[in-house]
Amino acid sequence: MKIHEYQAKEIFRKFNVAVPNGKVAKKVDDVKGGAVRAAKELGGKVWVVKAQIHAGGRGKGGGVKVAKSIPQVRKYADEILGMNLVTHQTGPEGKVVNRLLIEEGINIAQELYVGITLDRAQSKNVFMVSTEGGVEIEKVAEETPEKIIKEAVDPAVGLQAYQARKLAFGLGLSGNQFKNAVKFLINLYKVYEATDASIAEINPLVVTKEGDVIALDAKMNFDDNALYRNKDILKYRDFDEEEPLEIEASKYDLNYIKLDGNVGCMVNGAGLAMATMDIIKLAGGEPANFLDVGGGANKETVANGFKIILSDKNVKAILINIFGGIVRCDRVAQGVIDAVNEIHVELPIVVRLEGTNAVEAGVLLKNSGLNFEVAESLEDAAQKVTSVLKK
Amino acid sequence: MSILLDKRTKVLVQGITGSEGSFHTQQMLEYGTKVVAGVTPGKGGTDFIGVPVFNTVEDAVKATGATASAIFVPPPFAADAILEAANSGIKLIICITEGIPAADMVKVYHSIKNTDVRLIGPNCPGVISPGKAKVGIMPGFIHRKGKVGVVSRSGTLTYEAVKQLSDLKIGQSTCVGIGGDPVIGSQFIDIIKLFNEDPHTEGIVMIGEIGGSAEEEAAAYIKKHVAKPVVGFIAGRTAPPGRRMGHAGAIISGGKGTAEEKMKAMKRAGIHVAESPAEIGSTMFEALKSSSNKKSVKVTAKRVAAKKKITKKKK
Repeated sequence: MKIHEYQAKEIFRKFNVAVPNGKVAKKVDDVKGGAVRAAKELGGKVWVVKAQIHAGGRGKGGGVKVAKSIPQVRKYADEILGMNLVTHQTGPEGKVVNRLLIEEGINIAQELYVGITLDRAQSKNVFMVSTEGGVEIEKVAEETPEKIIKEAVDPAVGLQAYQARKLAFGLGLSGNQFKNAVKFLINLYKVYEATDASIAEINPLVVTKEGDVIALDAKMNFDDNALYRNKDILKYRDFDEEEPLEIEASKYDLNYIKLDGNVGCMVNGAGLAMATMDIIKLAGGEPANFLDVGGGANKETVANGFKIILSDKNVKAILINIFGGIVRCDRVAQGVIDAVNEIHVELPIVVRLEGTNAVEAGVLLKNSGLNFEVAESLEDAAQKVTSVLKK
Repeated sequence: MSILLDKRTKVLVQGITGSEGSFHTQQMLEYGTKVVAGVTPGKGGTDFIGVPVFNTVEDAVKATGATASAIFVPPPFAADAILEAANSGIKLIICITEGIPAADMVKVYHSIKNTDVRLIGPNCPGVISPGKAKVGIMPGFIHRKGKVGVVSRSGTLTYEAVKQLSDLKIGQSTCVGIGGDPVIGSQFIDIIKLFNEDPHTEGIVMIGEIGGSAEEEAAAYIKKHVAKPVVGFIAGRTAPPGRRMGHAGAIISGGKGTAEEKMKAMKRAGIHVAESPAEIGSTMFEALKSSSNKKSVKVTAKRVAAKKKITKKKK
């Protein structure tokens, strides 16, 4: 699960991870919840107006502006609020900005990078820091990997103080900056662990001339599997940031991801669902979605799957690919027939059922009087669904 | 022959009285698996379709001599179940449970890493040695006894590949689902090592997917150590970056873990890469054919390689 920068900073505050003073605004004017009011309440002479969307690269896209007067705060808030922000992470369609974070300006001496994530190769959490803050860290990793310092955390004992010191020295810090950085890193790891995060990333982390170490930005992602024990994180979920169809699908325990093509697919199992998308593409089509109906493909799941797929107006044909292991194919076939009758699916449907009771399933589909294309194999299914589109 | 599991392996089921556990225990028994015990805390002393149920794994192991465990307990309790098995004398733990928090698995992984306990999974279909035994949720009937080892991160896609093999009359020695999570007990390399050492496994199919770098690491290992023909497939060529494709582990992040990269690494290692998921079986068919043609040549090549190794060591 992803959250906004201002929410991540809210969590940081609870763990004594230093962040700038700031307020969230959903309006522009000098009213409660307005950007101008927020700036006045924060005081000072410089403010930063930041778009809050679930994507990085906001500054480059024009979603972050430094204001040097209240009229400027008003101007930038007005520009950014409601804008369609396009960054390298939003895709070309962009995201509408519904919220702003108004923050006090910070007297920046140096911009650094700090990140924690799970290193799958080691099965350990890894702390990464770099003096190359404020730029895309992927680029740093590619071009100058020696500028990223890493410390893997032993899960039995957690992050040790010497590791935090090593990282802070690695950043070239000394004096108060060093002391504050060590504290900052230790507390940041506490946040990461306590919230079952999958990513905690601060880019840039800034040090000030006064020696403060402050998270100027904050990105946190969380392990979906652990949300059941992090109810306070769950309340940060922002449905406006998610694809409506994906929210709908999750209500039915379906795993759906919308894509740009026109072949809707319904598959059981994540690996097979990906492979089905791949073979559609190889056959010259474009998959419209990833949809894993899970282990228990029955009438309800199939009907709900159809509803979700059909809500995407780009879909011109549907491919159903179910490998019945424990699930019986004849039951799935009956589910498909019932669902098609019930919700009057008019698009061409190619069905490929394999595994337990596949023969019986084929008979059911053929005798249904409905216009299915029954495919014999995965290859055949992909060919059939793409040739249907060409007709 | 087979790896990990055979007719004599004594299996216990943790979570045997739950809906998943009870259903699959029945399926495993029907397949011929020697399920000797079940564990459900609080239900010790009862039985499930003739299988005695115990309160703890320790009790079950003492009474039945079980050496392998299948775990079907819900995600919040699964890490505990793995550790209970590992600390009670079980040597092979196969964890089917999907949805265990990664932080739990990090702890479990490092707790058992340097022991003689092998963990398969979690979030996997399990292990089957066709014609002998199965521990997991895969449909037994699509498999066929034979000489190709299958290792995979996915479930139903593995069934697809297995069926293609069986239809071409290529049997399987053992099929291992290692699971789709970011932290898993056994990686491709661990299983490929076992297949490589098994004299009766003549070819290996590895089915990977986007995310992580386990396929690349396996490819490097294969290039160095494996002379048997290996067929590879990677699911997710059309997956968009930054999106988790069902499996917690199937995500392209920071431009890493793409299908293209993995396929390249496999090709570089001499692995026969199936471009389409429909060609996994036929690619193995061809690979086996050409390897048997080359066999005489290969044997000499192997000897030469072995000699080289020896001289290298001497250096």
